[in-house]
Amino acid sequence: MGSTLLGKVWDLHTVRRLPTGQTQLLIGLHLVHEVTSPQAFDMLRLRGQAVAFPDRTFATVDHIVPTDGQARPFADGMAEQMMAAVERNCREFGVPLFGLESDDQGIVHVIGPELGLTQPGMTIACGDSHTSTHGAFGAVAFGIGTSQVRDVLASQCLAMDPLKVRRIVVGGALKPGVYAKDVILAIIRTLGVQGGVGFAYEYAGPAVDRMTMDERMTLCNMSIEGGARVGYVNPDETTLAYLKGRRFAPAGDAFDRAAAWWRSIASDPDAEYDDEVRVDGGGLRPMVTWGTNPGQSAAVDERVPGPADVAEAERAAVVDALAYMGLEAGRHIEGTRVDVAFIGSCTNGRLSDLREAARVVRGRRIASHVRGLVVPGSKRVRDAAEREGLHEVFKEAGFEWRQAGCSMCLAMNPDRLQGREVCASSSNRNFKGRQGSPTGRTLLMSPAMVAAAAVAGEVTDVRRLLRHTEGS
Amino acid sequence: MTITGRAVALRGEDVDTDRIMPARFLRAVSFDGLEAHVFEDDRRAEAAAGARHPFDDPARAGAAVLLVNRNFGCGSSREHAPQALARWGVRAIVGESFAEIFFSNATALGVPCVSVRQDAAQALMALVERDAAAIVSVDLEGLTVRGGGIEAACTMPAAARSAFLAGTWDATALLTADFDAVRAAAARLPYVSGFRSARA
Repeated sequence: MGSTLLGKVWDLHTVRRLPTGQTQLLIGLHLVHEVTSPQAFDMLRLRGQAVAFPDRTFATVDHIVPTDGQARPFADGMAEQMMAAVERNCREFGVPLFGLESDDQGIVHVIGPELGLTQPGMTIACGDSHTSTHGAFGAVAFGIGTSQVRDVLASQCLAMDPLKVRRIVVGGALKPGVYAKDVILAIIRTLGVQGGVGFAYEYAGPAVDRMTMDERMTLCNMSIEGGARVGYVNPDETTLAYLKGRRFAPAGDAFDRAAAWWRSIASDPDAEYDDEVRVDGGGLRPMVTWGTNPGQSAAVDERVPGPADVAEAERAAVVDALAYMGLEAGRHIEGTRVDVAFIGSCTNGRLSDLREAARVVRGRRIASHVRGLVVPGSKRVRDAAEREGLHEVFKEAGFEWRQAGCSMCLAMNPDRLQGREVCASSSNRNFKGRQGSPTGRTLLMSPAMVAAAAVAGEVTDVRRLLRHTEGS
Repeated sequence: MTITGRAVALRGEDVDTDRIMPARFLRAVSFDGLEAHVFEDDRRAEAAAGARHPFDDPARAGAAVLLVNRNFGCGSSREHAPQALARWGVRAIVGESFAEIFFSNATALGVPCVSVRQDAAQALMALVERDAAAIVSVDLEGLTVRGGGIEAACTMPAAARSAFLAGTWDATALLTADFDAVRAAAARLPYVSGFRSARA
């Protein structure tokens, strides 16, 4: 019987079995950012320890950086202090830093793949739950907390319990206007926000095979919203084509040797899984969240459910979510007025996301009451978008065109909702207060759906706008 | 190892780490003082509605055991969430289930998270809501949670339990103990040498 990619990568990276019964797992790539690392570096200092593998450790700045003006020192003194700390820590411990002065700065989960640092068969760790993104390349990537960041800095290892593997097969072909974001929102809606605890999610099937690397990253990114710390896609020709020529990817003969090894770590056709789930990709529609966790979503043409529509155990949560969101059960989610439109984040801040959104807004204006932000995931994404003129499309439509960073996904920088504003957002979490106002409200959707909501001033079915675009 | 003390009940499913520790408080280079902001937005919202959040109840101050429901600590990997709870005084968490990264983070801080059945969680919550002075004990050796005549079996992944019982929940020492083995494992991986040899 064959093995899964997870099983193969796990075995290849096992250093030893710890007395606790856990596996000491070697981490091939450690990505560091400014928010979850300062305390870890301080702990190393306190213990007189060095960074074990500084050449397998890379840092950038993304969470706290302002996206409107990035001149130093930052207006926010604490953000400036955090920047100074990551700069000093990287200098003192010999860790390469892609800081604001680097052309390679950006959201950690955007730049890792972009630079070719993220490769199939690796184990990857980062002090951020969306590290699962890197699984798109057939890496096994874990989000960790600061104490574990310290562990990886000091030892290049994590103490881990084994994971089960659930294969999620997405059949059919996605219809126009339906994206990877809709696929993952539909999966989380079905399996629940806790359904993935203890599992790695392996995404497979014809719809996933046809996805670009950007789309696979969106899919894997939100594994954690379904409770799965790890999500991955087996490497294939799409993966190899993406990696070829990237700065940190092997070149020449080494690339061919790498390609052979990368292919070999994919799950075997006769691999056995702990669970398997099938999703009809062809039947999916654009999705929108109506509640306060990413599992509370509906197709754009569906109605907001009420307590009577769900199992007894979910009722209290639905009542609470609807009260917070100010939404009425039984009403269509389409037509919900939005105040802010945010396109960006590690989920959907890549070039293809900006292209899809631009396709919707080209030649249109965003509604007068909507504040629109487009925040590229990295400087390279920003430059590439500008070379295609996408920034002009967005600006002409009335969007603000920003610098690279996490921006309004998470409210650690100046980009925040005000009061009870409703935000159509291409990010990953609709938790209460997530976007910076304790009463702010988030509707998660694909970048194209955000663009459509910005134009209409309310949640609207992007497929209608796309049909007009194609017809014109 | 047994943690014994007064308890505080925090009801709700899928309580995420943004709730426990709003992002604005992550703008910091240390964990000091986080305890003052634990559940801050929920506490303010409750106060504004004329209610009182359990963490604002003086009778709960310094409670050692936190009682929660399903999927506690989901979302962001921010260790600031369990750091704030631990600094507030929480030394053990009893719930129906926990998100994976939160569980790892709490374990690394020496705060065990044990799971009980839903009915046991409800009974324990009802007990401590009725009687703020009720003493709850979490026995990791016997995998039992006790309080006010309630005796509930609890579960915990074997590795975390043995780490607590052996006092080795801080993994750094374990992971750095055999660095030669780490180097050897790295040397076996073709990508570590940039696929320079044909060995792969």
